[in-house]
Amino acid sequence: MAPEPLQKSSNLEPAPLIGPGYSYATVTDKISSIVLTQKTPRSWIFGFAVAFFLLMVLMFAVGRLFLYGVGIWGIEIPVGWGWAIVNFVWWVGIAHAGTLISAILLLMHQEWRTSINRFAEAMTLFAVSCAGMFPLLHLGRPWMFYWLFPYPNTMKVWPQFRSPLIWDVFAVSTYATVSLMFWYIGLIPDLATIRDRSKRRVGQKIYGILAMGWRGSAAHWKRYETAYLLLAGLATPLVVSVHSVVSFDFAVGIVPGWHSTIFPPYFVAGAIYSGFAMVLTISIPVRKIYRLEDFITERHLDNMAKILLATGMIVGYGYIMETFMAYYSGNQYDKFMIIARMTGPYMKYYWLLIFCNMVVPQFLWSSRVRANVIGLWVISILVNIGMWLERYVIVVASLARDYMPTMWYRYSGTAWDVATYVGSIGLFLTLLFLFLRYLPMISIFELRQLVPTESGKAAPGTPHAPVEG
Amino acid sequence: MSSINSKGSSGKALDPTALRSRLEQTRGKEYWRSLEELAGTDEFLEFLRNEFPRQSGLLSEGLDRRQVLKLMGASLALAGLAGCAHMPTEKILPYVKQPEEIVPGEPLFFATAMPLGGFGKGLVVESHLGRPTKIEGNPQHPGSLGATDAFGQASVLTLYDPDRSQTVLRLGNINTWVEFIGAVNEVRADQQIKKGAGLRVLTETVTSPTLAYQLQQLLAEFPLAEWHQYEPVGRDNLKAGARLAFGEMVDTIYRFDQADVILSLESDFLFAGPGCVRYARDFAGRRRMGDKQTDMNRLYVVESSPSVTGSVADHRLRIRSSNIEALARSLGKEAGVLPAAGDHEPSQLVHGQWIEAVVRDLQRHRGSSVVLAGEQQPPSVHALCHALNEVFGNVGKTVIYTDPVESNPVNQMQSLRELVSDMKSGRVDTLFILSGNPVFTAPVDLEFGEALSRIKLGVHLGLYEDETSQLCHWHVPETHYLEAWGDVRAYEGTISIIQPLIAPLYGGKSAHEVLATLQGHPTRSSYEIVQDYWKNRGQKNAGFGSKSFKESWEIALYNGFIEGTGLPQKPVSVKKGFEKSASTEPRQSASATAIKAVGSRPLEIVFRPDPTIWDGRFANNGWLQELPKPMSKLTWDNVMWISPATAARLGINQEDVVRLLLEGREVNAPAWIMPGHADDSVTVHFGYGSTLAGRVGAGTGFNAYLLRTSGHPWMATGVELQRTGEQSALAITNIHHSMEGRDFVRVATLEEFRKNPRFAQEMNPAPPPDSTLYPEVKDTGYAWGMAINLNSCIGCNACVVACQAENNIPVVGKDQVRRSREMHWIRIDHYFHGSLDDPEIYNEPVMCMHCENAPCELVCPVGATNHSAEGLNQMIYNRCVGTRYCSNNCPYKVRRFNFYQLGDWETPSLKLQRNPNVTVRSRGVMEKCSYCVQRINAAKIDAEKQDRKVRDGEIVTACQAACPTEAIVFGDINDPNSHVSRLKAQTLNYGLLTELTTHPRTTYLAKVRNPNPEIEES
Repeated sequence: MAPEPLQKSSNLEPAPLIGPGYSYATVTDKISSIVLTQKTPRSWIFGFAVAFFLLMVLMFAVGRLFLYGVGIWGIEIPVGWGWAIVNFVWWVGIAHAGTLISAILLLMHQEWRTSINRFAEAMTLFAVSCAGMFPLLHLGRPWMFYWLFPYPNTMKVWPQFRSPLIWDVFAVSTYATVSLMFWYIGLIPDLATIRDRSKRRVGQKIYGILAMGWRGSAAHWKRYETAYLLLAGLATPLVVSVHSVVSFDFAVGIVPGWHSTIFPPYFVAGAIYSGFAMVLTISIPVRKIYRLEDFITERHLDNMAKILLATGMIVGYGYIMETFMAYYSGNQYDKFMIIARMTGPYMKYYWLLIFCNMVVPQFLWSSRVRANVIGLWVISILVNIGMWLERYVIVVASLARDYMPTMWYRYSGTAWDVATYVGSIGLFLTLLFLFLRYLPMISIFELRQLVPTESGKAAPGTPHAPVEG
Repeated sequence: MSSINSKGSSGKALDPTALRSRLEQTRGKEYWRSLEELAGTDEFLEFLRNEFPRQSGLLSEGLDRRQVLKLMGASLALAGLAGCAHMPTEKILPYVKQPEEIVPGEPLFFATAMPLGGFGKGLVVESHLGRPTKIEGNPQHPGSLGATDAFGQASVLTLYDPDRSQTVLRLGNINTWVEFIGAVNEVRADQQIKKGAGLRVLTETVTSPTLAYQLQQLLAEFPLAEWHQYEPVGRDNLKAGARLAFGEMVDTIYRFDQADVILSLESDFLFAGPGCVRYARDFAGRRRMGDKQTDMNRLYVVESSPSVTGSVADHRLRIRSSNIEALARSLGKEAGVLPAAGDHEPSQLVHGQWIEAVVRDLQRHRGSSVVLAGEQQPPSVHALCHALNEVFGNVGKTVIYTDPVESNPVNQMQSLRELVSDMKSGRVDTLFILSGNPVFTAPVDLEFGEALSRIKLGVHLGLYEDETSQLCHWHVPETHYLEAWGDVRAYEGTISIIQPLIAPLYGGKSAHEVLATLQGHPTRSSYEIVQDYWKNRGQKNAGFGSKSFKESWEIALYNGFIEGTGLPQKPVSVKKGFEKSASTEPRQSASATAIKAVGSRPLEIVFRPDPTIWDGRFANNGWLQELPKPMSKLTWDNVMWISPATAARLGINQEDVVRLLLEGREVNAPAWIMPGHADDSVTVHFGYGSTLAGRVGAGTGFNAYLLRTSGHPWMATGVELQRTGEQSALAITNIHHSMEGRDFVRVATLEEFRKNPRFAQEMNPAPPPDSTLYPEVKDTGYAWGMAINLNSCIGCNACVVACQAENNIPVVGKDQVRRSREMHWIRIDHYFHGSLDDPEIYNEPVMCMHCENAPCELVCPVGATNHSAEGLNQMIYNRCVGTRYCSNNCPYKVRRFNFYQLGDWETPSLKLQRNPNVTVRSRGVMEKCSYCVQRINAAKIDAEKQDRKVRDGEIVTACQAACPTEAIVFGDINDPNSHVSRLKAQTLNYGLLTELTTHPRTTYLAKVRNPNPEIEES
């Protein structure tokens, strides 16, 4: 019944996207059992406990923040933005991979995406939640946050539409909404599967409500496919727009080190870079713990590593161009800024980021490194650290030394900055653990499309309905 | 309360029996205000929450309902109690007819004077419904001409200081004024028998005619009693120098408006001393380059430790303080006032060319030059200066001699020494210390505190419960000068009646009243005492001669000073052979040895009063504590200044804690490497280090008085430094003093300026107006703008405090300053330029530039900062959500953020100080200079009522009003004839960072230096 392993059949054929020996039923069994029947693994309980503890750290830090004000953070004049904005940009960047994997790769018929897209989309959502939290927390008067939205009011006051922060509000909230819809619509057929397989009344009810009456009829599948494609089309420009708009926060400003036209593409590339790094960081342990090596195969990791390498090169180009433009523009402030970055008080952050983001990914040229799961995992973590440092250098180092030397001042985050950041990771992980436990982390129905048929090739369409039309 | 009732009536009915039983259950005293409260109904709680939203925060802290109720009940009960304590028992009635003059919302202005170091500066004080809120200079007063110094500006905060002493104390326990009168009467009875043999009175410097008269009367009644004076920042050397030169006591007044060449031997005449505000005005008037003025004065300063005056010098010679005497002698020889001796003194060898060039310059400007010395220099230097002024023909022109302004110009150090020896030998029964804190400030070798604890009865009158009050048997709270009547003389003798603007907040007594008590008139008020003096004794004064007393009195109060009381010029001439008596001065030998010892490099220590808290009397004044000190920009601390070369030699780093050892005494001080400081010399500022200074000042800095002896109050040689290995954490507002090659301060010499008047504008040409995408907006009505003359600005800080007082700017504390969160809307940027050892020093006041194309405005997401039709860049606090994006995008970094609830909403007395026309900001909002928009609007309202345009000069911003040097000019730039427009039309006018197309409304007039070509070339 099981076909020959594909990699043995031909060296020219790419490695398979799914391990050998799977049928439609075994795929469904394996993934749905994580949610329904498998015993909760100890590692899950342990991981969730840690994540939940960090979430409580966040609650405490935020409680203190609301009680006393943003003064508990390290921000000051001239460095009015610190860890909060760094974290915001970092999380928004991470949020990029999900939609990119789901939408753009779907449109480009990259089938390998199917085993990681659900997972990456969930990650996107959780990262956007973490990201969206920071701009609100960093407000001096967070209880007035709704003034950033254009809502009708008796004062007849609107937001100031020239401000990139308002563009941010629209960009991030749109992105969050579309990502949520995209993820949820993708989940519906699988929720129905879980509903049908659930043996407990509570599960049947909850998954039943969430499945919105999905019965798997051809009409359902047709509408589903249309909606999914439309949303993919809708989400695709957002992948590019969100981080472009986030980069406007800086590019529109006149601070040396911010005011740069290269920022939008450079930020988008950086976002994809960090997003894929995060997908790798999380999927590698998850596939190990849940023994999903057959679904998230080495080919998946290999492909992601290649994207990491490509986007890493774009980001590296950005760094080089930034430096070159500072020299080429002849602008004394830009020139000073670059020199200050490289040799000033924040030089260790700068060189560490260059190491993490430019040097480390070069190892990915080697297929041996790409095949080394542990190595890949370490690289992905280093890239995540590097991307955080990159934002830190952009936000903090530029502000700490701008135009007036008399107002230069060192910045360093306080324990509460750290607590809020670590706490946001706690929020992310808590949501992620809940997702892993209670929702199918891999798209069952899409994966079933990858199961080889008798002819030895993957099924051309879904087992239920044609993919298109 | 009506809202309670209405809510209560709509809520559920109150059950009287339940309430009664609830009341019966209560134990002890419980206060309740209404039945609703008693019942604890939800409606009442709702009302509470709406009425006191801040308290509702407690709910979110996780207190349970019971605790919240308890807290609310307690606070209500306490509020009730507090109300009872101050409730007058008399029936009061609201005024139906409004009293004349008082219009709610309209301030009144009263003229008065502030004494500091015994000398007065004329003030006009703004009062809102009986609360003095803001100090301004008195434009007619000769010592002020409308300006003030930082101390004057900040003194209003001391008035409201909640830490001021508030009750009479006997042995540290609360007592009453009546008991005190009884105790004083016993002293009287006792001393009447002894003819006052055991009675001593210690005052600070007295120029007050009334107080002096009272003291004379006292001494007449008790002939064996004695009056001593001591002021930590005294004028003993000035007085001794005058006596040395002229054989009699005279005061010297300088006319810097007439002076072309000024040589200062360590005199900080622009910043410190009784006449500094006027001197700064006169001096700056001769430096401003303009259309009419094409020539400027030249200032030479010789000093060891960089001072405000030194920072504006054209030539600043840094030498050890103890070497200045030798340099002065060389000057004297060069100028021919001293016989040219054959001996070559080291300083003559080193600075020979410099001295020759300066003397030639002074000789070229006969009759229009000034040579003066600082109080720190020994009498012989002062005498030499007098002789030099005479030989250069300056006397009567730029240098005026008068009778002494002080009522009893004694050598205060000697006076204090005598007092202490009397105290130690048991000849003193009773000592009245009228104001001051001598236990803290007296020279350490006199052991004043120890002597004080030996006497039978010590009485201390003081603003604070301090070291002295602890050792005295009685302490009487003193009135602030804004609380009590008095009189005082200015630097040139003009007498001001000090009129109070408010009744004593804490039941204080003035020195007049305490003295009257001692004279057996305990019920006489300051008002009666001062008025009686002028009624009976003042007739001989010109201002009180011609008219009826009532009329003259009122005119004096109205004007703020008594016309014609300035002291007339006194013809004196320098005694022949003064230099011989000078050489017999003990000081002479000391400095001679010091010079010889240069080879072995013993360190010299120089004592200076602190530039912000002065001798310590302002230690509890948050505005002054947080005021960045000139040069170092340090706040909340004092340090030991040391030159870079000496620090390198001794291996001392910035902020290292160093142990200073001098004559067997030691004190630990943080080191501060100060470029421009003389080598082999250190400077310490005294005033800090009191542990009893109050909540603001306690624990700040180190006590430099512990090294200051009566023999060497200003400088001493032989100090030893030891590293302790500790580091101190200082709060500095301006860490980088380099301009990094950016042209924020544009400077040229006078010659360069004459060759190229447009040098400043050519340094970095402003971009064309069409270099922005946004359409140009032309303000058609008023267009407010400002011009700041860098040639005038001396960096004295008066504007910073004035702005703080006017705009309710909070004090943030040392920790927050260390995090760079100070709130000053205006700052004095400070730059060093040139060599590390001997740099040029520049000051530049920077506040919001009110850019026409403001980068902050377009990034605010909620439009909380926007542009007015008159070109003001305005902050709408109510709308601000606190993203801080505006501050990030402000290239001038002039925006300030309320990281916490920094404004004090709690302390009742501080609320009285607030300017009611300026919002007290809440946590989380951005703020910045508003060009004093409240003043603009007040003037506009006035103008509109009279159907006219605002006149030029009608709006004066707080910084502008305070500025002693008229460096800041504000006005309408749409009016081509306004002062500010004319300044902006000058070729020196330039803007900061104009290449960013911000089009700042505040521009600067470039600095022009006037170096002596003979010295500059060499």
